[in-house]
Amino acid sequence: MNDKTRYFNPFNETLSREGIEKLQLERLKQTLQQCMKNEFYRRKFAEAGIKPEDIRTLSDVRKLPFTTKQDLRDTYPFGMACVPLRQCVRLHSSSGTTGNPTVILHTQKDLDEWANQVARNLWMVGLRPDDVFQNSSGYGMFTGGLGFQYGAERLGMLTVPAAAGNSLRQIKFIKDFGTTAIHAVPSYVTRLYEVMQEEGVDPRRDTKLKVLAIGAEPHSEEQRQRIEEMMGVKAYNSFGMSEMCGPGVGFECPEQNGLHFWEDYYIVEIVDPETLEPVPDGEIGELVLTTLCREAMPLLRYRTRDLTRVLGRTCPCGRNHIRLDRMRGRSDDMMVLRGVNIFPIQIEKILMQFPELANNYLITLTTDDNNDNMTVEVELAQPTDDYAQLQALEREIRRRLKDEILLTPYVKLVAKGTLPVSEGKAVRVVDKRKVYQ
Amino acid sequence: MTIHQLSIFIENRSGTLIKVLNALKEANIQIIASTIADTAEYGIYRLICSNPMRACDELKAANVAVALSDVFAIEIDDKPGRAADAVKSFSEAGISITYMYSFLLRGKGILIFRTDNNELAKQVISKEGLKSVSEDDLAALV
Repeated sequence: MNDKTRYFNPFNETLSREGIEKLQLERLKQTLQQCMKNEFYRRKFAEAGIKPEDIRTLSDVRKLPFTTKQDLRDTYPFGMACVPLRQCVRLHSSSGTTGNPTVILHTQKDLDEWANQVARNLWMVGLRPDDVFQNSSGYGMFTGGLGFQYGAERLGMLTVPAAAGNSLRQIKFIKDFGTTAIHAVPSYVTRLYEVMQEEGVDPRRDTKLKVLAIGAEPHSEEQRQRIEEMMGVKAYNSFGMSEMCGPGVGFECPEQNGLHFWEDYYIVEIVDPETLEPVPDGEIGELVLTTLCREAMPLLRYRTRDLTRVLGRTCPCGRNHIRLDRMRGRSDDMMVLRGVNIFPIQIEKILMQFPELANNYLITLTTDDNNDNMTVEVELAQPTDDYAQLQALEREIRRRLKDEILLTPYVKLVAKGTLPVSEGKAVRVVDKRKVYQ
Repeated sequence: MTIHQLSIFIENRSGTLIKVLNALKEANIQIIASTIADTAEYGIYRLICSNPMRACDELKAANVAVALSDVFAIEIDDKPGRAADAVKSFSEAGISITYMYSFLLRGKGILIFRTDNNELAKQVISKEGLKSVSEDDLAALV
């Protein structure tokens, strides 16, 4: 395969590290000029005592102030726009369950670049204009819908905006349209597989599927492997966040060894969430992103709350864009139970190692007699006539969870199909603890 | 020599048992004998019924977590001490009985049990001349 067919944007994708950094500095300077059109940024720069001209090298990015979700809330709805509203053509908004919603604006050029990023990712995992792409993701405000739609169309695929839910219809589309690729949240892929099983549909035998794009929910390597085994195809991890545009920010290449974050579009930093100082490669920290190509709402050093680490900056696939480990979850997802920090993904990782267990689980935190407790409910893959086996299974799950999270949760085995199935992002944690003053 | 038993995983909360029973009722399946063993969180509902294969399919269609398992069914006289006599032969052969339940059918006692060594148990049944009951026998008696 020559380079022309291997890469969607051969020049940018195969830049050397020097090439990437040169482009980044150039684009960072342009972005700073763009930011200066906005009152919020002008004030923020004045408070920090810096001017765009102070940024002379790429490492000078550390002189810039951070941006947070709170900034987006405080300036809701249009306070961080760097272009007049009439130049904007799209708006996405978060739900705002914990305060003011956040608004992200896009110019036509922003949308074009976003589509290019998504198309690059899909091309990278082998999709071509002959493919049929079914987007089984929520649409509307959720950027996984329109983001993948425009990206798949940009690549030139026949794109089916199936949206999430109605699994029987999804399966009919997959068969009738000869769908070769699906994008969905991982919990919905497992749901789709369960319905396929009920309907006697074997994805290997009865479909033309070859690629899955999964993202928007933190998921473990074990969960991915399960999905690949179930569906008989490769499943690639996609990272996106609406603040950056949506999906397209980072994606796994066929090596499946970390996600390439596109450094011609973003400056990637990993910092200690407490000290905000950079952490060395390989150490876990908070992902901080600076947009380099956005017109309507550039974001400088945006604190994503996602925890990850740098795996490397080169790759056998020929792309020298930074490789980051799968997200450990958002720092907001972290549960603190009896002083121990726990991520849902740690629990999932253990559960998925048991072939006796199905894919669905629910973590509930409660306060009983002033003690905080965790209950892990998990569905059994197969019913059994053997009590001793069930009890041994419970014990073994409890033991392995304790090794991972350092405290012993209650483990409750439940029948398959008992736990609520979500067609959007799965709800994995319910916190019913009393809040102390 | 064994018969089919349905083993159903049910959680300890109201509404789970009736869901199973209703599914059987709608499929016109007759329950011949049943037992529920429980722990704090869940139970296994074991039952012998008419047409177990169809019952299993119907339950699966109703989203019930059900498995088919093989158990022994032995007919004994309805007299004191007969259960002891029957179990003694297995015990002497070193076979463990995992669980057992019994019921009366047309004046005969029926013992339903599972062992840790079905092959050896079959030999014991033949050697001791114990009367094994088939699914057809049960269906005819109901």
